[in-house]
Amino acid sequence: MFAVTTVALLVSMALAMCRALLGPTAYDRVLALNNIGTKTVVLIAVLGFLNGRPDFLDLALAYALINFIGTIAVLKYIEYGDLGAGSRKDVAGG
Amino acid sequence: MMDQLLSVLTWALLLAGSFFFLTGALGMVRLPDVFTRMHAAGMGDTMGAGLILLGLCVQGGVSVVTVRLVLVLAFVWFTSPIATHALAKAALSGGTRPYTLTGTDAARGDESHEGGGATSAP
Amino acid sequence: MNRVAVLWGILFGVWLLLAHFSTLFLVFGVVTCSVAVYVCARMGIVDRESLPVHLLWGSLGYIPWLVWEVLRSNVRVARIILAPRLRVDPSIVHFRASQRTDLGRFIYANSITLTPGTVTTGIVGDDFEVHAIVQEEIDGTEENTMNRRVAVLEGEAG
Repeated sequence: MFAVTTVALLVSMALAMCRALLGPTAYDRVLALNNIGTKTVVLIAVLGFLNGRPDFLDLALAYALINFIGTIAVLKYIEYGDLGAGSRKDVAGG
Repeated sequence: MMDQLLSVLTWALLLAGSFFFLTGALGMVRLPDVFTRMHAAGMGDTMGAGLILLGLCVQGGVSVVTVRLVLVLAFVWFTSPIATHALAKAALSGGTRPYTLTGTDAARGDESHEGGGATSAP
Repeated sequence: MNRVAVLWGILFGVWLLLAHFSTLFLVFGVVTCSVAVYVCARMGIVDRESLPVHLLWGSLGYIPWLVWEVLRSNVRVARIILAPRLRVDPSIVHFRASQRTDLGRFIYANSITLTPGTVTTGIVGDDFEVHAIVQEEIDGTEENTMNRRVAVLEGEAG
């Protein structure tokens, strides 16, 4: 049953990848990327069960963190063109 | 008997989760613009991940594995709306016009720039 | 001070759940949690917003309801996507939320975004800007109920 779930996850990742390649705007690509990241987290967890090694779950936890931070970082970079932009403005304002 | 019951439950949860993931991915390809695609992506993030991880919890039983699965699930459910909101806000301020049925963006322009045409007031 | 102790307890509890049980690792855990809590307390970020323990009771009733709502709206959005002819009617609406604190608004906005079909795109004061995939998602009573429930959750805590 884990194999079936793995196949379903891979197919939906392929569809999201289509959107990342097609996506007219950069935001479509970021959305697809974030979605692929979430699917990867679940995929790692399912693969752990498929191989009978649930230790993989620590990797899933770490990947969930990286995925979130990565999405926010890419969005900030698209918006300001600079990862340090917001903080400098805060310092200047305060 | 008990084992079979748990196995059937796991099957059901995993298949339902896969269904929501696949539907969400199909929506990502079918829907017309980034804002509507966000709703499709949200489906996978909430119910897809939720049901599949719940199914794995059933399989894991009462153990450290289940604790980790619950941590992963809680983390996904907390961060997914924040990432989606950040994306929506960035897309709006980046000048992306939301798709509307009529094809005009006049309604959107009026509402956002005059700050609150309170269409529905709970 | 009390809140700092609760934070330490939570962190050490997570450590115990995830780590091996040997003396070395327990000592590492105590040291790590203490340093983390000390840094947080020095930064002054251990307050009602970052550690809302006062919402614990209320959220026991709120979270199951929220999960049920998420399930229902998931089915609605799935039906829209799987329909042979795509009938989406997206729109952005504004409305006023009745929460008084930023934490309450944060919970309400996240709950709106978590239910598929509606995404909070902006908040100015108590004015919420919400994008809905079809008009019915936002015109229904669901958002009103959610608004009331979050206000109650926040109000109970005082």
